[in-house]
Amino acid sequence: MTKEPLSTDATTQVRAGDTIAEFVSTSKQYGAVLAADRLSLRIRRGEFLSFLGPSGCGKTTALRMLAGFESPTDGGVLIDRKDVSKVPAYKRPVNMVFQQYALFPHMTVAQNVGYGLRQQRPRMPKAEIAAKVQKALATVRLEAFGPRRIWEMSGGQQQRVALARAIVNEPKILLLDEPMAALDAKLRSEMQHELLALQRSLGITFVLVTHDQEEALAMSDRICIMGKGRIAQVGTPQDLYDRPRSRYVADFVGKANILEAQLTRVQGDTGTATLANGIAVHPQVFAGDTAPRKAEIAIRPEVLSLAAAGAPLPEGTAALPARITHRTFLGDHTEYLLVAEGIGPLQVNVPRQAERVLGGHDVEAMVQILWPAGTGLVLAAEATTA
Amino acid sequence: MRLYALAVYAFLYLPIAIIALFSFSAGRSAASLQGFSVHWYHKALHNPFVLEALWTSVRVAFLSALLATIAGTLASLALTGMRGRVRAIFDTLVQVAVMIPGIVIGIATLIALVSVFDLVNPWLEPLTGLKLSLGTGSLVAAHGLFTMSLVILLVRGRMESLDPALIEASGDLGATPVATFFQVTLPQILPAIMAGFLLAFTFSFDDFIIAFFVAGSDTTLPIYIFSSIRRGVTPEINAIGTMVMGASLTILIVAQVMLRRSQAQPRP
Repeated sequence: MTKEPLSTDATTQVRAGDTIAEFVSTSKQYGAVLAADRLSLRIRRGEFLSFLGPSGCGKTTALRMLAGFESPTDGGVLIDRKDVSKVPAYKRPVNMVFQQYALFPHMTVAQNVGYGLRQQRPRMPKAEIAAKVQKALATVRLEAFGPRRIWEMSGGQQQRVALARAIVNEPKILLLDEPMAALDAKLRSEMQHELLALQRSLGITFVLVTHDQEEALAMSDRICIMGKGRIAQVGTPQDLYDRPRSRYVADFVGKANILEAQLTRVQGDTGTATLANGIAVHPQVFAGDTAPRKAEIAIRPEVLSLAAAGAPLPEGTAALPARITHRTFLGDHTEYLLVAEGIGPLQVNVPRQAERVLGGHDVEAMVQILWPAGTGLVLAAEATTA
Repeated sequence: MRLYALAVYAFLYLPIAIIALFSFSAGRSAASLQGFSVHWYHKALHNPFVLEALWTSVRVAFLSALLATIAGTLASLALTGMRGRVRAIFDTLVQVAVMIPGIVIGIATLIALVSVFDLVNPWLEPLTGLKLSLGTGSLVAAHGLFTMSLVILLVRGRMESLDPALIEASGDLGATPVATFFQVTLPQILPAIMAGFLLAFTFSFDDFIIAFFVAGSDTTLPIYIFSSIRRGVTPEINAIGTMVMGASLTILIVAQVMLRRSQAQPRP
């Protein structure tokens, strides 16, 4: 695999203004439905960006506005600093891998892959087209399949043909519309690795649309989480997992316990909050948050741990008395569902190794949920209702 | 149940089979089999009236099918681009047009054509010396109009099952709308268009009722057969009928195969 200038560290080396595409307060209205609501987002050159969200959140609309299949009803779409809002798809330097691949059934694999090159004016010489097609097929490991008909190919192979058909044109941005949705689980993870390797070696900007959070987490440099036509939050996968600004994002990326609390004090990046049962905890806060106010705290199930009732507490750890209602053994960890007194249902994931050392807990047992200081996150004030 | 089905099929097809069988009779009676010969085929194919009627029929069928195919395909493409109510109204009208009895269409077309001729001829004749009248032209027009709805039905069906992502993919890959039409849309709907042409051809070739009203002094093959029967049914009529039926069936089967192929093609 060739190393090109825009390889693995492409996103960490993004220079200021190195934006390949941009949504500028872009809206799309279908009749009474606002499918995209004032999207503002910069897509960086060479990055792997995912639009993540449930169906109907506007992620596909955003992608289709980049591709040129939809034009925004308000605001603009820039590609390479040029406003392309009114530029039709066939004049845009982007290519798309469609959800059901949309391969032309009346053409062979090679004819499909060469389709984009054949449209170029002035015409590209036939020999050059053939060479490029062969190279693209080799990239997706289908060298020998050029003369095949589309329906002779398996789902995974068709997906790779679709990929070759797009990258052969050397687009500035490769758009992927849920490309893995039609593949089975095993093939999907293989394809994820292949796509990632391809993106690293080609250095092309990839924009993926998916509703599968694991897929987005595994592949993206950055994820744009969408809901109800709006951008909920943009960030790296870790950022979104560790620092979700809203309940929507906390719920969508991984699992989260959300607790109502009264934020009483903010000191630097830590706050003091009183839970509904009167116990004080010390979660992280976003910069600029102010107390006192009503707040929601998100805490991941694996951050909490369990101890027998009455066991001594480590320094700075809050303890919530709770009763275990369900215990599900999941191999590498065990999932406990509990009802905490005065709070309600909570989930705690205990790693298998910790349970081996400290022992498990039985259903109906009364235990303490341990909440270490500096864990959990007070969700941003403006985002709690989103 | 199986017996019942057999009885129904026998009722439907036995008379036709008997005509085909009797057409090979060596005798002079059209209603019995006397020996075996292809004498009557030979006679039919050397009858100048039959040949002239056949030529008229083929010409009318070809021209009207061509007209119906071009106009019907264009209409289908336009309808696919339309939205909501307008499209629903047109689709319904097209379906209704297929179900209107031939005799109604025949009378209606005749009245319409004659009215138009009465209106146009007083102006046209002094200017150009031409006079519009019933004949091949009116046959082509009437058949083309009716069979256009058949073509629209077929092509619309194919367009509906066409994956819109194919069109988008073509545009995405840099093809202009015109290039997309010729490289993606047309190859995808071509089998339906050709099946439509063949159906339209068969319909026009076989049609008696509409032709009877608008043919004027021209004679198509079905009209010739009808008028011959008045002079008595001969095995020659049986032979002509069998040939017409054979040709029509062949064309229909080809059309069916084409449609099947276009639909059986697995979609990715």
